[in-house]
Amino acid sequence: MTATVQEVSTRSRINWKAVWRNFYQAALSVIVALLIGALLLLLNGRNPLEAYASLLVGAFGSVDRFAETLVKATPLLMIAISVSISFRCQIWNIGAEGQIIVGAIVSTWIALTFKTLPLVLLLPLTFLGGVLGGTIWSLIAGLLKAYAHANEVITTSMLNYIAIYLLAYLVHGPMIDPQGFNFPQSPLIADSLILTRLIPGTRLNISFLVAVIMVVLTIVFWRTTLGFRTEIVGHSHRVAKQIGLKVALMIALVTGMSGALAGIAGWGEIFGLHYRLIEEIARGIGSLGIVVALLGELHPVGMLVSALFFAALVTGGNAMERNAGVPFALVDVIQGCVILLILARSYFFRKASK
Amino acid sequence: MNLELVTMTFVVGWMAASVRLATPILMAALGETFTERGGVLNLGLEGIMLMGALSGFVGAYATGNLWAGVLAALITGVLMGLLMGFFSVTAKVNQVVAGLGITILGSGLSTLLFRLFFGLRTIPPTIDMFPELPIPLLSKIPILGEVLFNQNILVYLTFILVGVAQVVLFRTRFGLALRSVGERPDAADTRGISVDKMRYLGLIIGGALAAAGGAYLPLANLGIFWTQMTAGRGFIAIAIVIFSRWNPLRGLWGALFFGATMALQLSLQTLRIPIASELLLMLPYIVTIIALVVVSRRAEFPGAFAVPYTRSGE
Repeated sequence: MTATVQEVSTRSRINWKAVWRNFYQAALSVIVALLIGALLLLLNGRNPLEAYASLLVGAFGSVDRFAETLVKATPLLMIAISVSISFRCQIWNIGAEGQIIVGAIVSTWIALTFKTLPLVLLLPLTFLGGVLGGTIWSLIAGLLKAYAHANEVITTSMLNYIAIYLLAYLVHGPMIDPQGFNFPQSPLIADSLILTRLIPGTRLNISFLVAVIMVVLTIVFWRTTLGFRTEIVGHSHRVAKQIGLKVALMIALVTGMSGALAGIAGWGEIFGLHYRLIEEIARGIGSLGIVVALLGELHPVGMLVSALFFAALVTGGNAMERNAGVPFALVDVIQGCVILLILARSYFFRKASK
Repeated sequence: MNLELVTMTFVVGWMAASVRLATPILMAALGETFTERGGVLNLGLEGIMLMGALSGFVGAYATGNLWAGVLAALITGVLMGLLMGFFSVTAKVNQVVAGLGITILGSGLSTLLFRLFFGLRTIPPTIDMFPELPIPLLSKIPILGEVLFNQNILVYLTFILVGVAQVVLFRTRFGLALRSVGERPDAADTRGISVDKMRYLGLIIGGALAAAGGAYLPLANLGIFWTQMTAGRGFIAIAIVIFSRWNPLRGLWGALFFGATMALQLSLQTLRIPIASELLLMLPYIVTIIALVVVSRRAEFPGAFAVPYTRSGE
C-alpha cells in the first residue's frame, strides 16, 4: 500500500531520462506508422514522397496554413486533456464525441435563447453551458460505472451515437434555422459572441489560448490532492479504499471532470469556428483525441506536442487529398498504427533490454 | 378486418426484419463469447466488423461470388484476431487500449482501402445479395414461416451456429479447456493446457465471426459498402455477450431483442407514424445501456477476465 502511494507521489517529479526515452520511443512509433502509410501508397502505385510533401506544405507552408494547424490542434488538445484525466484513473471514457456534441448543443441553446442578456454575462454563461453539457453526458456513464458497474467503454460509445442522433434531430427539427431554407443547421449566434481572432484573416481564435491555459491548469491539477487521489484510484481500488477514499464517488467525479473538458471543446468549436450548430461538429475528432492523449503519454506537455503533430497531419491530409489525390483516410490509418505501435513498443523494448 | 390485416402485416414484417437485423450482431456476439470465455476482452470488435464488411464486399465484387466474399471476411477476421492476440496474449498490454487501437485502425483502414479500390464515385458500387431462400413446407407455416424460414442462407447458418457454439463450449474438451483458461489460467497451466494457445484460438474464432457478421451487412442486407457502416454494432455485440452471461443460447435472445429495437424504426416508417426517425434510431443504443446496467450488477465475469497471464516466477 505505501509502495503504491510512494510510486504515485514520486511520479509528479520530472525524470528527464524517462522524458527523453518516452519522446524518442513515441517519435519512433510515428516514423514507423508513416512508413506503413507510405507502403500502402506504394502498393497502390502512388508516390508516397509526393503525398507526404504536399501534406507538409499543407500543414506548414504559410502563416495561413500554420494558423489552420493550430485551429485543428485546439479541440484535439482539449479532448486529449479530457481523456487523460479519466485514463489516468483507469476509466476508459471514449465518449468525447458525444460530450463535445452535448456541450455544443447546450452552449448554442443558451446563446440563442438569452440573446438579451449583456455580453459580460452571456459569454461566460455559454462557456458554462459547454461545461455543463459535457459534464451531464459523461456523468451518465460515470454514475453507471460507479454504482451499477456498467462497462464505461460500451456506455460511452453508445452515448456517442445517441448524441449524434440527438444533434441530428435538433438541427432538422426544434433548433432549425427558420431562414435557412430547411438546411439542417441552427440559426447563427450573435456577432458579439464570436471569439476574437488572434491573427486577422485566419480562423485562429481565443479558444486556442483556452486550450493552452488548460495545459497549464492540468499540470497544476496533478500536483493537487485531488489529482493525487485520482491517480491512486487509477492505481488500485484496494489501496484507495484503505487510505479512506470513496472509490465510487471518485469514479463519478473524475468522469464528470473529464466530460466537462470535452464540453469546452464543443463550446470552442461553435463560438470560435462555426457560429451555429451543424451535424459535423464533432466528426472524427473524438477518436483522434484519444490517440493524441496516448501518444502524449497522458502528460500535458506530451499531449501538446502530439496534438500539434496530429493537427498538422489532419490539415496537411486535407491538402494532400485536394492536391495529390491521396485519400484523407490515410491519416486515419496512421492514427490506428500509432496507437498499436505505442502499445507494441513496450513489448519490443522489454525484449531488447533482456 | 382491414385494420387487423394491416396490424398483421406490420407485426410479421417487423419480426422478420428483427431476425434479419439480429443476425450480424449475433454472429459477432457468438465469436466474442468464445474470446471472453478464454479470458480476453476484445474491444476491437467494431473495427474487425468494419474490416469484415470491407473484405466481404471487395471479395464478392471482385469475383462475382458471394461465398468468396464470406471467405475473404473470415480470413481478414482471423488476421485481426491474431493481431489482437499479439497485443493481449503475447505482449500482455492493456486490453482496453489495444481494443480501441484495433477499432480505430479497422475503421481507418477499411475507409482507406475502399477509397483506394473504388476511388470517388457518384454512384456507389453495388453487389447482388444472398437471396431469400424459403425452406420448403416450413416457410408455408403462417407467420412463423415468414419470420423464420423465408430468410437468406446466412441467417440459417448463424442460427445453426448458436447450437454448435453451445455444444462446443459446454460439451467438448476444447470448450472445457477454453473456459478453464478464462477462469483459472494457473490451474489450467499446471494441467498442461497452453493458456496462450487457447486464448489465441478464442480470439481467432471471435475475429472470424465478427468479420463474418460485418460482411453480412453488404452481402445480405444492403448490397453496398459505406464508411462506418457497422454503426456501433461491435459494441452492441459486446454488451449482448455480458447480457447473455457468456452463454450462446441466451445470446440468441439478446440479439433478437436488439434486432427488434433496430427493426422498429424501419417498420414504424412504413406505417407513417409521425415520430422523428432520429429519435427511433437512438433506441437500440439506449436499450443497450439499459440492458448493460440491469445485468452488470450481478454478472459473473470469467475469473481471469481481461487479465494477461504470466506464469508465477517468470
